[in-house]
Amino acid sequence: MTKELIQLKVNGETREVAVPPCKLLLDVLREDLGLTGSKRGCDDSSCGACAVLADGVPILACVAIASCYQDVEITTVEGIAPPGELTPLQESYAAAGGSQCGFCSPGFLISIKALLDRNPNPSDEEIRDALSSNLCRCTGYMQIYESVKLAMTRGGTRAAATPAPVGR
Amino acid sequence: MAPLSIIGKPLPMTDSPGKVTGFGKYADDLSVPGMLIGKILHSPHAHARIRSINASKALAIPEVKAVATGQDTRIPYGILPIGHDERALALDKARYIGDNVAAVAAATQEAAERALDLLAVDYEVLPAWLDPLESMKATSAWIHDEKPNNIEKEYHHEFGDPAKGFAEAAFVREERYFAGEVNHAAMEPHSTLAIWEPDGRLTVHSSTQVPYYLHRTIAEVCEMPMSRIRVIKPMVGGGFGGKSEVIPLEVIAPVLAVKAGRPVKITYTREEVFLAHRGRPITIVDLKMGITREGRISAVAARVVQDGGAYCGYGPVTVLYSGALLGAIYDISNVRYDGFRVLTNKPACGAMRGHGTVNVRFAFESMLDALAHDARLDPAEVRRRNLLKAPCVTVNGLRVTSYGLPECIEKVVERSGWAEKKGKLRPGRGIGLACSHYVSGAANPIIRSNMPHTTVNIKIDRDAAVTIYTGASEIGQGSDTMHVQIAAEILGIRPGRVRLVAADTELTPVDLGSYSSRVTFMAGNACLAAAKNIREQIFAAVAKKFGCDSAQLDARDDFIFVKQDPRLRIVFDEAVVLAINFHGALVAQGSYTPPEEARGGKHKGGGVGPSPSYSYSAQVAEVSVDAETGQVTVERIVAAHDCGKALNPVTVEGQVIGSVYMGLGQAVQEEMVWENGRLMNPSLLEYRIPSTLETPRIESIIVESEDPEGPFGAKEAGEGSLAATIPAVANAIYDAVGVRINTLPITPERVLAALREKEKQERARGNGKGGGR
Repeated sequence: MTKELIQLKVNGETREVAVPPCKLLLDVLREDLGLTGSKRGCDDSSCGACAVLADGVPILACVAIASCYQDVEITTVEGIAPPGELTPLQESYAAAGGSQCGFCSPGFLISIKALLDRNPNPSDEEIRDALSSNLCRCTGYMQIYESVKLAMTRGGTRAAATPAPVGR
Repeated sequence: MAPLSIIGKPLPMTDSPGKVTGFGKYADDLSVPGMLIGKILHSPHAHARIRSINASKALAIPEVKAVATGQDTRIPYGILPIGHDERALALDKARYIGDNVAAVAAATQEAAERALDLLAVDYEVLPAWLDPLESMKATSAWIHDEKPNNIEKEYHHEFGDPAKGFAEAAFVREERYFAGEVNHAAMEPHSTLAIWEPDGRLTVHSSTQVPYYLHRTIAEVCEMPMSRIRVIKPMVGGGFGGKSEVIPLEVIAPVLAVKAGRPVKITYTREEVFLAHRGRPITIVDLKMGITREGRISAVAARVVQDGGAYCGYGPVTVLYSGALLGAIYDISNVRYDGFRVLTNKPACGAMRGHGTVNVRFAFESMLDALAHDARLDPAEVRRRNLLKAPCVTVNGLRVTSYGLPECIEKVVERSGWAEKKGKLRPGRGIGLACSHYVSGAANPIIRSNMPHTTVNIKIDRDAAVTIYTGASEIGQGSDTMHVQIAAEILGIRPGRVRLVAADTELTPVDLGSYSSRVTFMAGNACLAAAKNIREQIFAAVAKKFGCDSAQLDARDDFIFVKQDPRLRIVFDEAVVLAINFHGALVAQGSYTPPEEARGGKHKGGGVGPSPSYSYSAQVAEVSVDAETGQVTVERIVAAHDCGKALNPVTVEGQVIGSVYMGLGQAVQEEMVWENGRLMNPSLLEYRIPSTLETPRIESIIVESEDPEGPFGAKEAGEGSLAATIPAVANAIYDAVGVRINTLPITPERVLAALREKEKQERARGNGKGGGR
């Protein structure tokens, strides 16, 4: 299939790739840009593991044609904190047990970031609703909620002033 | 002993930075230059002889580099030595819709998919066996010629005197329970990257819970020595048992890689994950139980038929667990068990979280609740009257070393408001209690030997970093973090000093894998032994410097000090230099083998069920039932789990809550739906695991019985709580609307049908009053 040259703005950088016209955004991110943080967990846009932000709005990259997203800012999980840093959300997620196997974490973090960016103090019900399109098979969601609440007390999705390593 | 400084603390998982940034690599995230994409052709028939496969058109596609068929995978394998009945690609027959028939490796996925369409397979369709009860009556056209009547295995156990026990009972019930089939649905679809190295070696990165068994199987099928094969487990996106035996793609990718002389990656679609399956089987439980007027269980008898699908897999182990753990949670003297593992033309079942216990526990705890009502006793009190007294050995030979079930029951009764709520909530709202238990690893290995079940090496070099080498597989449960916490506690150092190399057969010693909840108990004990060994070497050098005995030393907060005079101390880095000067390189190993007395009875099948230690769980579920629609809403679950000792309370709670969550899915909404051998819902859209909207508040309570043999007293946490959830919900439904649902999942249709039946019976009795309490 003839490839076409497209430009994508991903995590603040403009990237140029030659891809077939129908190639999905998820596959371009994973295969052409080396951004494998976004995951494919299903065949039918039901799991949310591939969620990325398009101009701040969560979309499922597994059902988005890459060439249609040339004029928007794409943010993947790799881009939610500046290089070498973690946001309070990411630290809280690790501290409160938001990740077990971690496969769904990129999608959840994208959905939570979108939520907290538009509403820094969501209610329990708003958190639950905002995460209803992401599936997690490990946690039963309770510790994900804990992570969000911990992040709300620590400054949410802002980049941390100093790198604060987790796992110490 | 000084208070612990790192054990028992909520250390964030050591691999969490990779998980929260997206930089951690799972198998499908890996790629190497020249890598081909592999795709598999699956059988469209439930049972068919493969007459021929013509690959010439597929091979004519320039991007196609290899095609493999059953001729390339002639050597059969299976997770159990007694069950080597499957081939990665079918040789003679396809035995289920989705069985693996041929595979293609091509430069692009698109070319590989095109090639599959061009493979010409000539099938002779055979009669298919789809119902387990029909299948076990088969007199011909067996699924495997060497398995008469399509029965994979049957076991018959009798302990004590069940007939006498039933005669002593004041109340006896006999009922059939049915559990539908469920899948692990781990979020990561299976993926394998096989790299044929230029020096004739094979490196395989795979989403596995059991690198060691995969290593053995690839060696057998590829007819290569294990020493030329390296298996590496990258990050694994959940297992729950679905990655605990060798899955066909894990053999097909290496076979294609050898054939093409190129790296090959295969990643399953979600549909293929369901077809590879290995989940919890359809189970028919005919249960009989008797209790005395005082509420003592006098006998229990179960006949269990499991629909195992087309291959053996873990099947005999599953059906043995169902029997071994049937009564062993309580003090029951008289037990009879008849278990049948039956073959059908459907994807093979296998190990799934709570392996073998879940469906019999549903039946048992549901019936015990009913018997408690028959005897007009509180269901919690009935359980209290049947407790074991540890240490003890159960009637079927299971050694119980610690038993936190009494405390679990007290804790959930208290937290849930049981006394105020049971039988007293408004109509349509109810509360139910149930218990469960599970092994902390199997005391007997799958492949019988006296070798250690696990070994851990530790090395400390001049950078004063501590490196742990372990074969144990992190699959999200906290295996890596557990090792780091144990080593850091023993050495008295910051966890950040500890590095971990895990699950790479070229670098790490053999560990049997992440299954049967064995890792904390077994690899934890091995890590503890290795850490104590290397600490002793460091202490010997420090003792020489201080002119004291090493028994007078302790280590904490990066210092080694004299216990009686903590001012006499040395920083860890300097102690390491002293020790290297004194001993040369600092290395140590520890291993774990279950004690002889934990390995169970001598009866046939007695090797399955024994464990060095058992976990216990008690749960209370509160539900609402809409009598108009039959819809059950689980409002809250309180779960208390005896994990011996919570090495890390956040990860333990995560395991307990996650188990409850998975049990909840099976209780009310998950089921694989079959139509003429075809799975009708092979997707996460239609196979509905609970989302946030369907998941109630789940509260976990940690109970610490401090097992005498567990590392720091720890035992199982990751599976034991699943089984109690289902009967707790079922019993709550009875409390709410007075009907017992014996079929899983408890769908609105089933609840509604039961409510209508109850109304009909009440009308027939001329009793219009509702309520079943």
